[in-house]
Amino acid sequence: MALDNENKNFFDVVGTRPIRPDGIEKVTGQARFGADAYLPGMLHGIILRSPHAHAEILNIDTTSLDNDPSVKAIVTRKDFSPDLKGEDWNILENVMADQKALYDGHAIAAVACSSLLEARDAVKKIRVKYSLLPHVTDVEEAMKEGAPIIREGVARSSVPKDMHPNIVGYHESGHGNVEKGFIEADLIIEETFKTEAAHQGYIEPHACLVNMMPDGKGEVWCCTQGHFNVAKVCAKLLGTDASQIRVTASEIGGGFGGKTAVFIEPVALALSKKANRPVKMVMSRSEVFRATGPTSSTSMLVKIGMKKDGKITAASGTFKLQGGAFPGSPMAESAMCAFAPYDLEHVKNVGWDVMCNRPKQAAYRAPGSPMAAFAVESVIDDLCKKLKLDPIETRLKNAVKEGSKASFGPRFERIGLVETLESAKSHPHYLAPLKDGYGRGISCGFWFNFGGETSVSLALAEDGTASLSVGTPDIGGSRASMCQIVSEELSIPYEKVRATIADTATLGYNEISHGSRVTFATGLATIKAARDMKRKLCARAASNWGLEEDAVYWEKGYVKPAGPNAGNHDPLSIIDIAKTMGRTGGPIVGHFEASPEGAGVSFATHIVDAKVDRETGFTSVDRYTVIQDAGKAIHPAYVEGQFQGGAAQGIGWALNEEYIYDEKGVLQNAGFLDYRIPVASDLPKIDTVIVEVPNPGHPYGVRGVGETSICPPLAAIANAVSNSVGIRMKELPMSPPRILKAIEENNG
Amino acid sequence: MKKVHVSTTINGDNKEFLCDTRETLLDALRDHLALTGSKEGCGTGDCGACSVIFEGEVICSCLALAVEAEGKNIDTIEGMANDGKLHILQKKFLEHAALQCGICTPGILMASKSLLQQNKEPTKEEVRFWLAGNLCRCTGYDKIINAVLDAAKEMRETV
Repeated sequence: MALDNENKNFFDVVGTRPIRPDGIEKVTGQARFGADAYLPGMLHGIILRSPHAHAEILNIDTTSLDNDPSVKAIVTRKDFSPDLKGEDWNILENVMADQKALYDGHAIAAVACSSLLEARDAVKKIRVKYSLLPHVTDVEEAMKEGAPIIREGVARSSVPKDMHPNIVGYHESGHGNVEKGFIEADLIIEETFKTEAAHQGYIEPHACLVNMMPDGKGEVWCCTQGHFNVAKVCAKLLGTDASQIRVTASEIGGGFGGKTAVFIEPVALALSKKANRPVKMVMSRSEVFRATGPTSSTSMLVKIGMKKDGKITAASGTFKLQGGAFPGSPMAESAMCAFAPYDLEHVKNVGWDVMCNRPKQAAYRAPGSPMAAFAVESVIDDLCKKLKLDPIETRLKNAVKEGSKASFGPRFERIGLVETLESAKSHPHYLAPLKDGYGRGISCGFWFNFGGETSVSLALAEDGTASLSVGTPDIGGSRASMCQIVSEELSIPYEKVRATIADTATLGYNEISHGSRVTFATGLATIKAARDMKRKLCARAASNWGLEEDAVYWEKGYVKPAGPNAGNHDPLSIIDIAKTMGRTGGPIVGHFEASPEGAGVSFATHIVDAKVDRETGFTSVDRYTVIQDAGKAIHPAYVEGQFQGGAAQGIGWALNEEYIYDEKGVLQNAGFLDYRIPVASDLPKIDTVIVEVPNPGHPYGVRGVGETSICPPLAAIANAVSNSVGIRMKELPMSPPRILKAIEENNG
Repeated sequence: MKKVHVSTTINGDNKEFLCDTRETLLDALRDHLALTGSKEGCGTGDCGACSVIFEGEVICSCLALAVEAEGKNIDTIEGMANDGKLHILQKKFLEHAALQCGICTPGILMASKSLLQQNKEPTKEEVRFWLAGNLCRCTGYDKIINAVLDAAKEMRETV
């Protein structure tokens, strides 16, 4: 019975839009998020943070708290494991500074008190003696000779010798000979572009409640995209065993990559260990902005050569990304995604990873790709304009297809870029005449998607209903999709399936909910676990009938004898088998544990109409359309939600959102008033088209959809704005002051 | 500092609590009354996740002091469904998939309820501007606006 690798094309439940299983809790206020947990006797922890961008920590004086009865514990760096290396050391250094404060907001010490108000008072009484150091927050400045050195000896072996110590990583990829390709071009455009750091801006600040027992067993409740990773990191930083730290993921109030990193949980555990009491920690919004990872800011140089007919002859790009005071910016992703939509004979991608005095960058939805697309798609737009070519036809002419060699190396399997472009070409939005003063922008975007370690368990209850345990926090409705999948496979009603995010002691290791992997990998694991269960149901029925396993088969929720030789047995339903399973061999559970590959890359094309008010520099977005290949949409409403959410975040990044540092390297806009994310009245309706070109690496054809949606908007908006105002905008965000400056310079 | 005794009415129930004078209404709801449906997203009145209806007006409970609750009528998300029956807005939010992570949902539901109490037939534009004080980072707002308009329609039809 080939249940295992069967690919499905016709569906009963998949592709419908049932109510999400966690919905009632979320509309009635009963869902428990990170900050919604309490324990008897719990303390409140608060972190003291550096007010300086770069400083040596000479002394941390806590003597004023010595006789304060409300203070139950104080921790500094010496309370964490002293012998970490590599990325483990980086994470610890970011969680709690050692000898230097590396950015405004860097954690220096923490206290735990019986009440939050007491903790707020206590933390102010800690006296820290700093010796200020020169700082740098701009990526280009940080690479220059004489720039303040963040830390020596961090550079990876890929970095050429004698570079500035802040340059810590180098990437190069591509194929062909770009010099030869540029000679063949009729027109070459080369431009530099800059983007500022944007924060993921999840509405729920980081929060946790922990309890460290005297025997070394730790319990953690927290909002995270990856609780197994939290357990691993906490164990390392505290020098204990991962299995001793049990982490339960709360409901999560947004993450977008930002909650893949660990910040406060190890601190809370260290405080709890010292105080022998549970400790709760909740970040303030300003702490979220100052101390958790925004995305990288960038400086990029892109050069593209084109024939008069629109064929690209060669393309090259250099992508410099700062990742804060640590290595690890997604510069390789920028370089690899930049030209991914195009089938190029000659292409060269270069990336530079640079450190400066900013918080450690964290993943933000398709890390690295949106900025690269902004640079590349802007240049393509200018080439189209100068050569009087249609932007969609030109992209179609160069679009990658199945078998094309990707700019980053491998050959593509079945992909859907052409389908998104064809769909855009015939979309009413693209066919509609432009309103007066508006500019229209087009952009393509690409993201790899990802599989990763996955372990799920599907248990049958005595009444024939099923409970699914997964280890990937639900960041956008994935429990609904998982219940649909179980319902589809077992032919039991959707409402008869319950999906739970299990804690770290219950399942094998699950990688973080990132890389658009959950519906792909956890979905694939759920399909396989359900098929494992079906096999066991068949075996049980066969054994009940005294038959060999291969003498029965599964059909729509029933086990049936395979043919006349198997005897005359009435089909057994799941309920029939479940009812007697206790005395016919015991519990029936389906499993899957593996690291599925074949995530299936995804492409999108976005169309936007925007208008710039030349007097104020304000841009209004009038119409927006997202067209993206989902492979197969399990729950189309939540797929549309991912498309719309990515577009909205991209619009914010393109027009408003940025980290603003003053001359001292102190963040000036650490709040939602000054770091303005789009509000309802800023945005138009965001129209969506779900293209379905099945991913050959998934039994239903699913591709991840969460990240690709943020790849085209920066460029699409930039193209629309540039077309509206008649000036190429090369720096993000295109906030009113930047647009006014560009208009002024253009007039001058 | 000695705590202050506050008597108030929340979702129609008489409630009493002791609080520090520095605590916000949101702190009191969450930490003293176990009503954690109202969320703190910013603590500065910018995100609306803590929206409650205070004497008939929607406010950010992070900007009110706990002691201001004395003798007042306050409605929170926990009181929106009646006897296990969801409010039409709650039902429409689920049907329209108007939430992803759900952290902003209680505040947006309270703000929407307040809108529909004052304006039974809001335009799309009016909904967008009314909800401009409630940040949502997941949805791009589209499905939220559709859910509110659909709820308004059904409420008009059922009255």
